[in-house]
Amino acid sequence: MGFEPSSQATGSGVTDRSAPPALETRGAVKQYGRIRALDGVSLQVSSGECVALVGESGSGKTTLLRLFNRMVEPDQGEVLLDGETARTMDPVRIRRRTGYVQQAGGLLPHWTVLRNVQLVPRLLGMDDVRERARDALERVGLPPDQFGERWPRQLSGGQGQRVAIARAIAARPRVILLDEPFGALDAITRTELRATFGDLRRELGVTAVLVTHDLHEAVELADRVAVLREGQIQEIASPQRLVAAPESPYVARLLALAGLGKGGGEG
Amino acid sequence: MWAGLVAGLFLHALLAPLHEAEAQESRPESRPVVVASKPFGESYLLGEIFAQLLEARGFAVERRLGLGSTQVAFEALRSGAVDVYPEYTGTGLLAILGEDPAGSSSQVFRRVHGEFRDRWGIRWLPPLGFQNTYAISVRAETAAELNLRTLSDLAREAPALVGGFSPDFLGRDDGLPGLRQAYGLELRDTRSLLQAVKYEALQTGRVDVIDAYSTDGFLARAEVAVLEDDRGFFPPYEAAALVGVGLQEEVPGAVAVLTELSGLMQEEGMRELNRRLEVEGESLAQVARSALVDLGLVADETVAGSGTTGMRELRGRRDGSLVAYLWDRRDETLRQTLRHLLLVGLSLGAALVLAIPGALALERLHFGAEAVIRGVGVIQTLPSIALLAFMIPLFGIGVFPAVVALFLYSLFPILRNTYTGVRDADPVAVNAAEALGMTPLQILRQVRLPLAAPVIMAGVRTAAVINVGTATLAAFIGAGGLGDPIVSGLALSDPWMILSGAIPAALLAVLVDGALAGAERRVTPRGLRG
Repeated sequence: MGFEPSSQATGSGVTDRSAPPALETRGAVKQYGRIRALDGVSLQVSSGECVALVGESGSGKTTLLRLFNRMVEPDQGEVLLDGETARTMDPVRIRRRTGYVQQAGGLLPHWTVLRNVQLVPRLLGMDDVRERARDALERVGLPPDQFGERWPRQLSGGQGQRVAIARAIAARPRVILLDEPFGALDAITRTELRATFGDLRRELGVTAVLVTHDLHEAVELADRVAVLREGQIQEIASPQRLVAAPESPYVARLLALAGLGKGGGEG
Repeated sequence: MWAGLVAGLFLHALLAPLHEAEAQESRPESRPVVVASKPFGESYLLGEIFAQLLEARGFAVERRLGLGSTQVAFEALRSGAVDVYPEYTGTGLLAILGEDPAGSSSQVFRRVHGEFRDRWGIRWLPPLGFQNTYAISVRAETAAELNLRTLSDLAREAPALVGGFSPDFLGRDDGLPGLRQAYGLELRDTRSLLQAVKYEALQTGRVDVIDAYSTDGFLARAEVAVLEDDRGFFPPYEAAALVGVGLQEEVPGAVAVLTELSGLMQEEGMRELNRRLEVEGESLAQVARSALVDLGLVADETVAGSGTTGMRELRGRRDGSLVAYLWDRRDETLRQTLRHLLLVGLSLGAALVLAIPGALALERLHFGAEAVIRGVGVIQTLPSIALLAFMIPLFGIGVFPAVVALFLYSLFPILRNTYTGVRDADPVAVNAAEALGMTPLQILRQVRLPLAAPVIMAGVRTAAVINVGTATLAAFIGAGGLGDPIVSGLALSDPWMILSGAIPAALLAVLVDGALAGAERRVTPRGLRG
């Protein structure tokens, strides 16, 4: 019974080499018409680890992310969750056990904040849905008494994303997938939210995959950074190593553009 | 049409009890005689004369005057929904049997009499005694100026003249196309004019030639000249009572009473009665009553006494104001309004029950949805009268076929809005719901439908308002409702009577729209209200 939520915190970056990876793809290929979104991607994410997927638009990072909750099915290759093939698992069950945050929230506009956060606990038939939702809101810094009964349209962008994160963690999944979660926010809000998320991840010991086009964000939050280009992983390394010694000129140029590389600006 | 047929069958099943109840209602012991007419003045008058004569002889009568057309009235007779209505032999030959005009009056009568009896058991009673054929007419001064007496004379002068004809005369073989062939008649120009404006157009010189009917009340005026059909082109149109099978078998006494009228009515007298009805604006009941008295069929006091009980006074008092007139008719109007609401409610309800699940199924199927919805949209382009007429061979006349037709009109707005609303519901929210593990059914019920509710309701609102308007046309197939006084008023050139149906119908449309606007606000999730 591998794929269960855990309440036990494991430290950031602490990985058990003997256990199978929490998430894994082997030679994943995905074709959309004439466009090859994924071109043979193999990636392992250990339990408790945070991996950032970076790359330009169309590099395949979102497609790769969505393999892990079966919102996308690979044409070739395999997806494994805790070492078991995802192909035979019920996608609805996988999704209920996997947190998900997308850009600009996707809060259900006809539900209050509290009802939105209760979504997954309710789907799982948990009996303490209200307490879980209130706890999740507290953890993202939104007092439930103040925000619980608001409608999504009454929230600022940053508050909306906090609610989306609360919704993703309310059922305490072991895995959380984030698709440009801070992309649509202003710089100050983004910085605050990154800090909140970083703390939360360490507290909960959750395995996370974070899609972003922002290298600063990847370097700040992730244990490892995977750079994608045209459907392939160009390079995957810890932030320190990536910044210190990029293996390819493409990655070096990306880092330089972001002001992170050796030849870069003041970063 | 596939959807339409399925929908029709579906409705049939839904309303079958009602349908049967209606059918049974017209067959109790010593049942009332159902008297019908077509929607023009003379037909109303003859129908009312039939009705009053039967009442004077002690028969109960139910009036269904003003059925939409020859086809509607005849279908009603054939299906047993009505028992008797006035018809013309030429119309029976051409429009019902579809034969070519040929022969003398007596030959045509024998032909239709034998053919109707053999095919349907329907009986032509001996003719009333007058003909109402087409009377091609010009201004008296034009006739004098150009020396016009016959249609041959007219053909000679035609290239300088403009014609104004009713739409059906322009198309019928026994109308203008045939006239062209028979007389070589080539007018400078022809216009399509409704009966109501034709005489006006002739008198003011907008047109020079019109098609009238030989018994038109307007022809009694001196300033109009009727041209002689010197080549005998128009077939004989003898008026007679057409009697259905049911009456012959169940109430033979009533058939005997109706034959009392045979041979008694003259063209001159009919023209005068029509004039009193259509030009002088006397009430239908009054003109019919005095006709029966003049013919010696009823004594004056008999009719004035008991004979008119339950009779519908088609023309109210003329002396007061419109408001007083409407107030006088309030019971009638209320009854018609309730019938109107019944038509709208049943058809709209059935459309909701079919179109909303239908749209959801189409949304799930993805494939072919647009084609199906566009197909249903084609129904919307059919003229209402055509759709109503199309219902008669399938469902007869009355409430049921009207509800089916209105149901078909309601489908498209509801189907289109439900489909589009559900398909286009906030895609980001729907994606999040799916990614967090909601099943398709949960997404539909908890996300897509609530978000689409205002759009769906807007479609229902559109359908309801169209429905209230279109339901006025249901009077043409005997379904009653607020269309009744509109149809009667149009036939009798009576603006007040038209208004007594049109004003409540307009108010009803506004009220229904307002009520549904409220419903639209209520179904809008609070989180979406601005």
